[in-house]
Amino acid sequence: MPSPRLLPLALRVAVFLLLFLPPPAVSDGTQGPVALARSTAEEEDQHQDHQHGGGYKVVQWEWSYVQTPYIIATWLLVASVAKILFHFSQRFTKVVPESCMLILLGLVLGGIVLIANKKQLYQLEPALFFLFLLPTIVGDAGYFMPARLFFDNLGAILTYAVVGTLWNAFCTGFCLYAAKVLNVIDAKVQADLMDFLLFGALISAVDPVAVLAVFEEVHVNDTLFIIVFGESLVNDAVTVVLYKVYISFVQVGAANVQTADYFKGVASFLIVSIGGTLVGLVFAVILGFITRFTKKVRIIEPLFVFLLVYLAYLTAELFSLSAILSMTFCGIGANKYVEANISQKSRTTVKYTMKTLASIAETIIFIFLGISVVDKSKWAWDTGLVSCTLVFILVFRAIGVVGQTWVLNRFRLVPLDKIDQVMMSYGGLRGAVAFALVVLLDGEQVKAKDYFVATTIVVVFFTVMFQGLTIKPLVKWLKVPRSTSRKPTINEEIHERAFDHILTAVEDIAGLQGYHHWRDKWEQFDKKYLSKLLLRKSVYTKSELWEAYQKINIRDAISVIDQGGNVLTSARLSLPSMASRASYPEFTNVTNYLRENGSGVCLDLQVIDNVPGAKVEEDTETHHFLAGNLYKPRRRYQSHYSRHFMPLGEKERQDREVFQRNMKIRMESSKSTRHKRHKKERSIKKRRGSDSKEESSEKPRRNVSWHDKGAEPVLVPVESDKDRSDAEKEDDEGITFVAQKVETPKPRPKSVPAALEVSSSPPARSPSPPLSADSHLPWKGGVGSPPPCVSVEATKIIPVDLQQAWNQSISSLESISSPPAPPVPDPLHPRISALSRLGAPRPVSYTPPSSSSSSTAAGTSFNTSNTQLLHGSFLFPDRRLKEEEEDDSFESSQELQPDTPSAPPPGTVLPGQGRKKNPCVYLRSLVSSPPHGSSEPRSRGPTQL
Amino acid sequence: MGSSKSSLRHIPNAQELIQDTGFSAAHIQRLYERFDLLDRDQMGRLRVPDFEAISHLAMNPIGDRIIAAFFSPGKDTVDFPSFVRILAHFQPTDDNRTRDSSGKEPYNSPNRKLQFAFQLYDQDGDGKISRAELLQVLQEMLGMQVTDELLQSIAERAIQEADLDQDDAISFDEFKKCLEKVDIDQKMRIGFLS
Repeated sequence: MPSPRLLPLALRVAVFLLLFLPPPAVSDGTQGPVALARSTAEEEDQHQDHQHGGGYKVVQWEWSYVQTPYIIATWLLVASVAKILFHFSQRFTKVVPESCMLILLGLVLGGIVLIANKKQLYQLEPALFFLFLLPTIVGDAGYFMPARLFFDNLGAILTYAVVGTLWNAFCTGFCLYAAKVLNVIDAKVQADLMDFLLFGALISAVDPVAVLAVFEEVHVNDTLFIIVFGESLVNDAVTVVLYKVYISFVQVGAANVQTADYFKGVASFLIVSIGGTLVGLVFAVILGFITRFTKKVRIIEPLFVFLLVYLAYLTAELFSLSAILSMTFCGIGANKYVEANISQKSRTTVKYTMKTLASIAETIIFIFLGISVVDKSKWAWDTGLVSCTLVFILVFRAIGVVGQTWVLNRFRLVPLDKIDQVMMSYGGLRGAVAFALVVLLDGEQVKAKDYFVATTIVVVFFTVMFQGLTIKPLVKWLKVPRSTSRKPTINEEIHERAFDHILTAVEDIAGLQGYHHWRDKWEQFDKKYLSKLLLRKSVYTKSELWEAYQKINIRDAISVIDQGGNVLTSARLSLPSMASRASYPEFTNVTNYLRENGSGVCLDLQVIDNVPGAKVEEDTETHHFLAGNLYKPRRRYQSHYSRHFMPLGEKERQDREVFQRNMKIRMESSKSTRHKRHKKERSIKKRRGSDSKEESSEKPRRNVSWHDKGAEPVLVPVESDKDRSDAEKEDDEGITFVAQKVETPKPRPKSVPAALEVSSSPPARSPSPPLSADSHLPWKGGVGSPPPCVSVEATKIIPVDLQQAWNQSISSLESISSPPAPPVPDPLHPRISALSRLGAPRPVSYTPPSSSSSSTAAGTSFNTSNTQLLHGSFLFPDRRLKEEEEDDSFESSQELQPDTPSAPPPGTVLPGQGRKKNPCVYLRSLVSSPPHGSSEPRSRGPTQL
Repeated sequence: MGSSKSSLRHIPNAQELIQDTGFSAAHIQRLYERFDLLDRDQMGRLRVPDFEAISHLAMNPIGDRIIAAFFSPGKDTVDFPSFVRILAHFQPTDDNRTRDSSGKEPYNSPNRKLQFAFQLYDQDGDGKISRAELLQVLQEMLGMQVTDELLQSIAERAIQEADLDQDDAISFDEFKKCLEKVDIDQKMRIGFLS
């Protein structure tokens, strides 16, 4: 076992830059804390070792052993830190796209390495790029591609991608050759027609990385985005095929190429792209099919997604088919089924991991790009070539776009207008793919490679930096309709679906085989065969509308939590920053706010994608917290919060964080409820708080609670444990998932249109007390029916009395947590019930208490609506759990009847474990131990600082 | 174009229809052919069974409502001009033609499109979508898989969301309001002959 000298984190970056130094040059002074922490005896040992010269060394320098992963990790660290730094200043990031910054960073890093080493050590290697970096980006893009938008615009996308790219490639190639013939390009550039065509091919592809990076930050409208983005994805395939064809031509030698070879080239193009697509679809089916059976092994669900999507890529590459197309279509095809099959938790994991990987890959590529610029030996400059290329790609892109759009608009229902066309021409950014392809060229065969490299670099720089920088002002100036990022309301969902039906019907009547008709056909096919094959039984019977309804309910639940949490946080924490936050009245209206700002059609893409990269990383962090242990993130977040973000006054970030923290609080209480843990114990554990401890203490507890339910321990202990933990994850997950949506929205104006206010907070409007069993009341609607917040699988009806028990417990838990200081003695806080009787309509613009007093009049009415909402929509954890249990064994589901006495726990593992008679009683008992509940946040207080 | 013009003569009131609906002569021609095909007994008007014979329409969850929308109240047949006028709702909204010569709102205005959709819900024609009416539509659109309680809660939610005057029903104005963020023109258009 080697024991490398661990270096302090802060030194890593510096050491990274010093890597070229011979290892022995590092003195003892760079020993990390671990090494320093070793006992002096060891130190002496070491000295003795040195004196003896040879023999056993306690501490050794094992650089060669860790070198590669170390460098990779350091790279990632540098890139991530850089991202954090970029996003320090919001004003700055608003103007400068991240990709520009990353290239600049690459320039700086490359410069440092070069100055120190005289030689560029790090090169973007083709294998690295094509096998690892590109798949992560494409996989992310494909998987989260808004499928319907994509297929709605498929014709346009394919036209632009195939025709447009071919046009660009040929025109650029021929015109460069013409320029060469006309001596505009220097004679030093030894290239013939074939070389220029090759170069034209590689330079003509619009790059998804660059387009994504810039367009995402610009937030253009969905159609424009999907067209440019879809085009850039598909035309990579075109480019790569063209590139490969040309390469083979160049290898054979232009003179030897026969006419038949051109046809072979065309054929190979078709085979490569169609074959790639088919491979992708096959893998999509496999993926959907596999995830159908992962119910018992939720933990590896995300892994399946990654592996199969990646395998789709590799398989296509294996047969030299278009790997990009394969991966894209695998993602698009499988998304629907996978998302429905896997748990909410896995969904989030997939999402975050993909986003993280893509973000990392993108960062690395841009940095490499910057680095390679610095190394002069790699490129040669020719002004003629560079300027000609720049002009040609711009001109031909514009001509191509205008020409194709003119044709397409004759067929499109929604024509692309002039502004769109300008944006598309201007949005034709070249990026890492072009760069990687040109670096890949064989210098022996393509004599002018160095010139091409230089030109490519300039083109990439120009498009990403200049066009990237100016595209935002241009968008503003041209007033491209920005994407309205909001989620459909339930009405919209219903009526739009109705519109779809109407359209199909009218088309049938009018005898038009329009697009809608085909969509209908497809949906029927999907319903009849595909869904049955690829979806879980429990899933495929549900309709989409119902899912939408659930989503909306989840959103409402979250807004409740946020509202409740606001009072709670502002009261609990004496941090000045917290207190000031409570004075934003907008926070109370998260529902509206979400409705206005939640993502639109392309749900997934927008949720995280619209958020600039650094935020993605932060979110990923949070996500990992939630997955592993719930407590640590809160602490970290708050330190983040107060140290870095508060001074910047970023409201968006604030409410996101508030949101997440509050949700965690929320989930925690429900979690502990379910597991019948003693809160005290829990809070102690938490205070100790390391990952491993939390992990280890989690396991036995789960088992215990499971035993508690009286189910047969021998039968399915492992599975139930898994599912249990899964259920647990799923509900806190469900919230995280939606929470992301708050990131982008700007704080809502104080003056809320009355219509919106009313429409979005229906439960608050109703006048009766929340605990009444009247199932006709709006907030009870969720009670009498399957849980609105539960993941798709949970539709079974749960006994009403049990629901009430749950609701009561929730409301009482709420009452504990909202007033911070005094411990609440009984489960049903008198104030709450009194308040609920008030049932006053929520004020239109409600101002939460600005200080920690939550018992002001405003706070009161706030709480009322809060609790009411809870009854309607905040049901899921318990339900979810039950669902899982029912699947596990019938016994446990019977156990859920509140009146059934539970079997005594076989072997109580944890001391102080409360035994459960029925859920209601248990919950009450839990609630009636308020000191723990209220001590929990407090104990956390100091550490947050 | 010559051929279509010549065949337009068979069509009653063709010019008037073109002016009224904004369809081109080719559209009218094409629609007339379709109408003729649907009109199995060649009576120059369609009856409900004629519509029901369209096989795909049988699979449309709200097909019956849409068929019913073709028939003006009290009539059990629809002639070609009314047929075309109904279909005119689904033309892309034409900005230049906001008002036609008679000062009437053209069929393809967003408002008319919405009205068309609204009347599908509002079966009793009282200008309001009541809870029961909404529930019915939902039932049709959601099929058998969802329990009544679910449906009710969805309907409840939808009404709560849209209902501004708290009369427990959605009036046309409210309907319009709750869909104001939706691009009606884009949602309710068919590329006729495109």
